[in-house]
Amino acid sequence: MAKVFERPKSLTDKPFHYCPGCAHGIVHRLVAEVMDELGVQDSTIGVAPVGCAVFAYDYFNCDMHEASHGRAPAVATGIKRVHPDKVVFTYQGDGDLASIGLAEITHAATRGEKFTTIFINNAIYGMTGGQMAPTTLLDQVTTTSPYGRSGDREGYPIRISEMLSTLEGVAYIARVSVHDIKNITNAKRAIKKAFEVQLEGKGFALVEVLSTCPTNWGMDPIEAFKWLEENMIPYYPLGTFKEVK
Amino acid sequence: MAKVLMKGNEAIAEAAIQAGCRYFFGYPITPQNEIPAYMAKKLPKIGGTFIQAESEVSAINMVYGASGAGARVMTSSSSPGISLKQEGISYIAGAELPCMIVNIVRGGPGLGSIQPAQSDYFQATKGGGHGDYHMVVLAPATLQEAVNLVMEGFDIADQYRNPVMLLGDGMLGQMMEPVEFSAYEGRDLPPKTWATTGYDGSRQRNIINSLYIDPKALEEHVQKIYEKYKAIERDEVKVECYNCEGAEIIVAAYGTTSRIVKKVISMAKAEGIDVGLIRPITLWPFPYSTFSEWADREHVKAFLSVEMSMGQMVEDVRLGVDGKRPVYFYGRTGGMVPHPDAILEEIKRIRGDV
Repeated sequence: MAKVFERPKSLTDKPFHYCPGCAHGIVHRLVAEVMDELGVQDSTIGVAPVGCAVFAYDYFNCDMHEASHGRAPAVATGIKRVHPDKVVFTYQGDGDLASIGLAEITHAATRGEKFTTIFINNAIYGMTGGQMAPTTLLDQVTTTSPYGRSGDREGYPIRISEMLSTLEGVAYIARVSVHDIKNITNAKRAIKKAFEVQLEGKGFALVEVLSTCPTNWGMDPIEAFKWLEENMIPYYPLGTFKEVK
Repeated sequence: MAKVLMKGNEAIAEAAIQAGCRYFFGYPITPQNEIPAYMAKKLPKIGGTFIQAESEVSAINMVYGASGAGARVMTSSSSPGISLKQEGISYIAGAELPCMIVNIVRGGPGLGSIQPAQSDYFQATKGGGHGDYHMVVLAPATLQEAVNLVMEGFDIADQYRNPVMLLGDGMLGQMMEPVEFSAYEGRDLPPKTWATTGYDGSRQRNIINSLYIDPKALEEHVQKIYEKYKAIERDEVKVECYNCEGAEIIVAAYGTTSRIVKKVISMAKAEGIDVGLIRPITLWPFPYSTFSEWADREHVKAFLSVEMSMGQMVEDVRLGVDGKRPVYFYGRTGGMVPHPDAILEEIKRIRGDV
């Protein structure tokens, strides 16, 4: 009997360490499926972040480089410039990319570095235990915004996709979500596009994936996906923000 | 190859190119700006890559990526910029990657000055970044020596999979001297089988990493790195002993300062005073045993460390001398350069003491 569903070749056999209901597992799988479909597993070098996905090098079945906090785009720049014929991607969370690493992602994008960034936005710091992220929504309670984020006190959430899509070096930017099957399908399409853009040598590509953190949001997984849909999508609209034809 | 008159920073850059370096990532800061400018001009014409990074932090992480990908790679900066690079240097040492880092030292702390100094000795030799690690630190006194050490330094970095720092100062970077780029023989180096080049199943996956979440695994990893350091301490020490035979006072000085001390030695000789010089060329590994051996000599009465700092290398001189003789210090800092007369006066004062 033919197998109709199996583990992508571009994932290792190691079980994920992620919390129950966390969407990292979904996104890892989508990236791996795309690598399989494009046949680039043997020519891909991934860059892991600091944050919940710090062990991504254990899961993606390709050569990997673990970066310091926020510096994945600089590390990826070094790798891609040495191996312009290889596929390079970074996988980063919102603290890593939108806070401590904002300079690195912005300048990699504006240089038009030909790698792909998967940006997980779950509006909170997961690994360190639920602190405020640059993408934390107004009124959202975290350990470091215990009275709810106030624009006046903590500043406003950053819309990374909109901001980076103003830059000339960017070839493709989309924001997607993984809160239901339809959106997961769309997310995969965007991730595939972001790899194809790299293979075509067009420039920098980024997919922002709205994601959940049931543990630090204090919700069960179903509530968390509902909260994402009702609260995150209105502030972080889904769609393609830039696509160079 | 004939000698050419070159500026220090440009000679360092050319030496890197001659050594096969094709990737350079940097950020502007005085007094090292001629290095990135030289690389920006030359590298694209020989199939290399120059990037002016958005920060020193980013530059060292581009080095981290390129080195992990198997390239011969360099960055350069000056003191405040080197401070910014420390996180990356710690990761590079932790992940056991080779690279060349040039520090053309200026006065500090803080924004300090843009004049020559040696006040980054502690930062270079005692860590700088976090965790248990060392860089090999090379301290040239002439431009020819800088050229030679850059070339050999890349090989040392590759041989031990460890970052190497060339520690110069603003004077060395800005002065002009004749240099010769003779063909460097090069060491027999192992292939970079660990580099991220794409995993096709024919070997294990290559993972560049410094994270060992299990404390036992991290301890074992660090102990393995320290076994490497033992070999470096045994095999890579470089030191010059000048006029030490019969000297009553031995001066310790490195880099530019050692050239001033050589002038002082001839001035002292004219007055019938025998002064010697021990010039560490590798600041790490430090030539402790050289100091210990000369401290055992009857004719040596005292040591004097002369530095463009408030006294940093003097601590290693004391460790080497190990209490067998008194160790004195004379230094100028903030971009001030010690005057030969002042050093000679200090030597005479020490003779009165001992």
